[in-house]
Amino acid sequence: MKAKIIVMPKKTVLDPQGKTVKNALESMGFHSVKDVRVGKFIEVELTADNKAALKKKIDRACHDLLSNPVIEEYSFEII
Amino acid sequence: MLMKFGVIQFPGSNCDQDCYHAVADVFCQPVRYIWHKDKTLGDVDCVIVPGGFSYGDYLRTGAIARFSPAMKAVAAHAKTGGLVIGICNGFQILCEAHLLPGALIRNRGLKFICDHVYVRVETTDSPFTNACRRGQILRIPIAHGEGSYFAEPNVIEQLKREDRILVRYCDKNGNVTDAANPNGSLENIAGICNEARNVFGLMPHPERASEKLLDSEDGRLIFESILATAAFR
Repeated sequence: MKAKIIVMPKKTVLDPQGKTVKNALESMGFHSVKDVRVGKFIEVELTADNKAALKKKIDRACHDLLSNPVIEEYSFEII
Repeated sequence: MLMKFGVIQFPGSNCDQDCYHAVADVFCQPVRYIWHKDKTLGDVDCVIVPGGFSYGDYLRTGAIARFSPAMKAVAAHAKTGGLVIGICNGFQILCEAHLLPGALIRNRGLKFICDHVYVRVETTDSPFTNACRRGQILRIPIAHGEGSYFAEPNVIEQLKREDRILVRYCDKNGNVTDAANPNGSLENIAGICNEARNVFGLMPHPERASEKLLDSEDGRLIFESILATAAFR
């Protein structure tokens, strides 16, 4: 199985990287860009068959290591 | 009275020798390195978590270092009242390890900044600032890409209420302004301590400002505070 995890900076946290990418997009001519946020995509491959138990584990991994809940939020899907 | 120091070494630490040198050669105190895989700290009074790029800054600054055996020992040391000072990457690690609240995020200008800055001592009520005067201006270098301090508003309020902001970025006259804020830190925060006041994290490098040769000696006051604490204890 695979866990596909997305980690994003919280809305309340300044994202200078996103802002800089937005400026670059505008200088390319994309004037309709309203906002850009830059996050991370993490793919974890696992051997497991119990999806519900795995969900709990991945949630803990996201909370304790893969994201920092002070500044980031995460979501994931298991396929 | 001598104070025993320990300097943690992670793969990627690069200010460990600066800290060791300052403690051993400038302040003439016993000091030894503690490898990140060590499960115990040994007989130390004050732990220094040095700057650098522990574990290559992978994932987030300080995120991996937090899980090292040595950091578990540091947490235990802190819990029993032992002194811990985290400098630069050390500050980031202490936040990731939940020994200090908040987090250090990318500088608002995105650039890595290597410069001398001014910080104002906000309180002398700590083992790390008791040799300073309140409002004293220290000129200390910074060198970081992720030094912008962030915490939720209720945490910032708590830090203020409990007098836990030890140093703030300021201009050379001591004015805490946005122009004097090098990285976008909330409230111009350059360093904070924990509730018990025995754990201190700061982005500036006092160990690089402890000798005339290095242009500024203002960082000495941080180490002299720690030593004064030893005498008091």
